[in-house]
Amino acid sequence: MFLDASGSAPMTNRTLEAFQAGLADGWTDPARLHTESRRARQLLDASREAIAEALGARPEHTHLAHSPHAAIERVIAGVFTARRGRDRIVASAVERDATLHAATHVAAGNVTTVPVDARGHLDLEAFAAEIAVPDVALAAVQHANHEIGTVQRLADVAALTAAAKVPLLVDATASIGHGPSPAHWDALVANPADWGGPAGLGIVALRPQTRWLPAWPEGDDWAPGGVLVPAVLAAAVALQERREELDATSLRLHGLVSRVRDAAAAWPGVDVVGDPDERLPHVVTFSCLYVDGEALLTRLDREGIAVGSGSACTTSTLEPSRVLAAVGALSHGNVRLGLHPGVTDADIDRLVALMPRVIADLRAEAGAPEVA
Amino acid sequence: MTGDDAAVADGGHVTVDAMGLVCPLPIIELAKAARGREAGTEITVLCTDVAARVDVPAWARMTGHEFVGEMKTDGAGIALTVRLR
Repeated sequence: MFLDASGSAPMTNRTLEAFQAGLADGWTDPARLHTESRRARQLLDASREAIAEALGARPEHTHLAHSPHAAIERVIAGVFTARRGRDRIVASAVERDATLHAATHVAAGNVTTVPVDARGHLDLEAFAAEIAVPDVALAAVQHANHEIGTVQRLADVAALTAAAKVPLLVDATASIGHGPSPAHWDALVANPADWGGPAGLGIVALRPQTRWLPAWPEGDDWAPGGVLVPAVLAAAVALQERREELDATSLRLHGLVSRVRDAAAAWPGVDVVGDPDERLPHVVTFSCLYVDGEALLTRLDREGIAVGSGSACTTSTLEPSRVLAAVGALSHGNVRLGLHPGVTDADIDRLVALMPRVIADLRAEAGAPEVA
Repeated sequence: MTGDDAAVADGGHVTVDAMGLVCPLPIIELAKAARGREAGTEITVLCTDVAARVDVPAWARMTGHEFVGEMKTDGAGIALTVRLR
């Protein structure tokens, strides 16, 4: 029972078949001057066009990168370099580590983070004040949060960045394929593995008017050495498959997450995080008082249930999730669920029935006091 | 004496030594020290675990107590104070 699909959803048979067909027809270097190469080039171009169309982007301004991380690094470096004389990056406090790390590197530490409220929504007043200063090269505000699911009010954010003439980078790596693609951005990043495509691929889409300069030696090549053509084909097919069932799937998963949220809110000493309504359909996070996050993951794994966590003891740095800290949520005993379309009602029934006992057992083992 | 070994009471102020403990243990020690104490009692958790900066205020919110703030310490530890309600 795999409930950790945010960022890496299992591939469907149709996606796997597309990947195999891509290996048969698109195995060669698409940049050479022979028939086999042209076939690979056609597959690559058609796949990129399909992905661009789903993102609401122009194919010629849609670039492939070697991972979502690489996509984020390149787009931040590229847009920053074109904004000569402006040397600060403004970002929401709940952006991915990849975004903040890239921004810190590119802007030599000159990064301002803007706080969010208890549900994870950006403080628009503080954001407007930051981007009003004319030293801002770009602003990064995600579409939806990868940990707590909160969807930002991008129409309002984009109105502010447009008025301040600051390019807006939108990280949509947690949202594409789960609902309508965001409409308000100057640069967009997407992650095919999150919608059930293969890992090892990232997408950057730019508006035609968004200026960027290559901050790397390979010129306008965003993926030096090329990308795996079958992976791009499989990513396009996976996104197509998600979009065909989008309304029904997102409605169903939204309902399953609501059931988890309602159930968890009634368990003693459990903090359910994020916006209950303005959220991704398939992501939910809750934290259990006096419970060790690592022990919780291990116990659920033993029960055959795979979940994620933002607790400090489950990270390599022993730092708690920056997102949980930013919204003031309890950081220990954290469980993060990302549902994929194959998750059934019965799966969620089992999880909801099991959790209270698991929490009680782990509290007893840790010698924690009774929770009212 | 309420609470447990980690808690030392000095008048209305209780100090919990959670130095070296990692999450969720500092919060468990805090909860044990809070058990049975009167409203208005202040408890300071001394710890080294940075997650406590997030979790002590969250504990106070979830259990109906008041987070007072982070205090300066002379050592390497973090001192976080709550007031019971």
